[in-house]
Amino acid sequence: MYVAVKGGEKAIENAHALLAKRGSGQERVTAQQISEQMGVLVSRVMNEGSLYDPELAAKALLQAQGDVLEAITLLRSYRTTLPRFGVTAALDTGALPPERRISATFKDIPGGQQLGATFDYTHRLLAEELHTPEVPAAQGEAAEAMPRVTDLLGRSALVEPDHPQDWADPEPGDLTREPATFPMSRAERLQALARGDEGFLLSLGYSTQRGFGNTHPFAGEVRIGEIEVLFEAPEIGHEVPIGRIEVTECQMVNQFVGSAEKPPQFTRGYGLSFGRAERKAMSMALVDRALRAAEFGERAVSPAQDEEFVISHCDNVQATGFVEHLKLPHYVDFQAELVLLRQLGAEFGQSTDGRASNDPD
Amino acid sequence: MGGQAMTLTDQRPASEPRIVYNEGYLDEQTKRAIRRALLKGVAIPGFQVPFASREVPMPRGWGTGGVQVTASIIGPEDLLKVIDQGADDTTNAVSIRQFFERVAGSASTTHTEQATIIQTRHRIPETPLAAGQTIVYQVPIPEPLRFLEPRETETRRLHALEEYGLMYVKLYEDIARYGHIAKTYDYPVRVNGRYIMAPSPIPSFDNPKMHMSPALQLFGAGREKRIYAVPPFTSVESLGFEDHPFEPQSFERPCQICGSEGVYLDEVITDDAGGAMFVCSDTDYCARTSSGTSTEGAPQ
Repeated sequence: MYVAVKGGEKAIENAHALLAKRGSGQERVTAQQISEQMGVLVSRVMNEGSLYDPELAAKALLQAQGDVLEAITLLRSYRTTLPRFGVTAALDTGALPPERRISATFKDIPGGQQLGATFDYTHRLLAEELHTPEVPAAQGEAAEAMPRVTDLLGRSALVEPDHPQDWADPEPGDLTREPATFPMSRAERLQALARGDEGFLLSLGYSTQRGFGNTHPFAGEVRIGEIEVLFEAPEIGHEVPIGRIEVTECQMVNQFVGSAEKPPQFTRGYGLSFGRAERKAMSMALVDRALRAAEFGERAVSPAQDEEFVISHCDNVQATGFVEHLKLPHYVDFQAELVLLRQLGAEFGQSTDGRASNDPD
Repeated sequence: MGGQAMTLTDQRPASEPRIVYNEGYLDEQTKRAIRRALLKGVAIPGFQVPFASREVPMPRGWGTGGVQVTASIIGPEDLLKVIDQGADDTTNAVSIRQFFERVAGSASTTHTEQATIIQTRHRIPETPLAAGQTIVYQVPIPEPLRFLEPRETETRRLHALEEYGLMYVKLYEDIARYGHIAKTYDYPVRVNGRYIMAPSPIPSFDNPKMHMSPALQLFGAGREKRIYAVPPFTSVESLGFEDHPFEPQSFERPCQICGSEGVYLDEVITDDAGGAMFVCSDTDYCARTSSGTSTEGAPQ
């Protein structure tokens, strides 16, 4: 008996009710609890959702019942409706008072190494209960300035400068407002990477370490801290602070053998992310450097060096949407394939029948 | 399309910022940008215009390109029809229709001839479209050469040079292997004698309906960030060879509900012993043919 596939409307309604029930639980967790106690997760949603708003990110996580990509999609589709006022002044991360700052290239550096809040040396043993030990008050003099390690190296021209000498600081492109075409500028690429999937970038960065486009990286510096964002509003005429954001910055220092035009020198890969997102910033820096292969005349033979491959596939909102769209009905194209397959099968049968009857046996 | 704002969450204390969405969801600047891309697409039929595709509140690959196109052209006097696989009541069609009812306050219909805008996935309605109607296709992969050449930089060059040898070689290889072209949906077309275009995964059965259609045909690929168009009364020729011309797929049986012939059919499995029945994929057409209400210009 043929049962028409009717009632899509009712089915959707019921599915929504069921979904809400699955996520309701005994007691509602508040968005504030999420943003306070799952800050790293909230950072990830803000990064890939490209919107700095811990409260909304926490709300999105709750609404998505912990599905990170779903939360990112929620945040993105809210973000895209917001008006764009302009571009902030470039952050001076050298002046940022870091809560955490480490360098793997020098034992001691001006400003010192500071571990800060890190999982690095915790023993990964499941705890029955979570404790919050006293944090001792800071000892010694007030924190001194912590110049960026790459600036220290830059002074003796051991590392490529922040930007070329004839740099005019053009307004960076915005992939969310302008159509993106390949090849991209480095700024556009960095934007795409900053929005890119942490897991994808991690694996790509890892692949460079295993020889697929090796860039011989050193973690020149990783720092995390809160920094003031400055914005020059045309009607005011000078820069005004519009708020503070927490960022993680990673500067990778990479070997470079030199070319006909350039002396051997360290080169850089750069990663910047919102909140506490060290893995993301480091992966981003590795991939950024790998993608600069053409700039240094390196042979691009590995996936991580391939701009079109990396940028077209690093956006997880796009990736998950397209993978999951396979759940949508494809009756029509499947039917078309069925008809073709039956036709091919019939033709194949005829031709083998013919062959069989011609066979003298 | 006024700037009347719409609030989706009202349970927040007054002190907190409210989450506010623009009418029609997209902001007016974005609508303008998309309309510019559409105009360019209409001016260069079949050319893929890059646009800064926005996120919309459904997943990528679920019609976000079509939704953005529709959101940019829909007005209060429009009647919207949304179909998926030819049917008005498939869940994603319902979801998109509800979205526009919610954010654009638009009226919807299932009647093909009444609709001013028809957003579709994978089908063109059986009822012939008329002048003044717009059909918006949801497109997953806008690049007809994509599976022959994965690189965008390369395919754009091939289009610019009108270098379509790859595609003809692919079709020729089918003929060499199977005796005929083995492409049954998303069958490539040449628009206005110039650009080769992906008609979106409609069955080749529907391809002839695109040729010289009196309706405006718009294509939105959200994830791939491309818009293209076929203006009314434009030649849309399905690729073929003189000795192996294009042959649309067809069914040799009528619909087992309404009895229509020459329509696209869904095969519905009825038992676990190989039993199946064939019924119209276009639910609106089927319902009205079987109830005897008018479906002007029905195919023979």
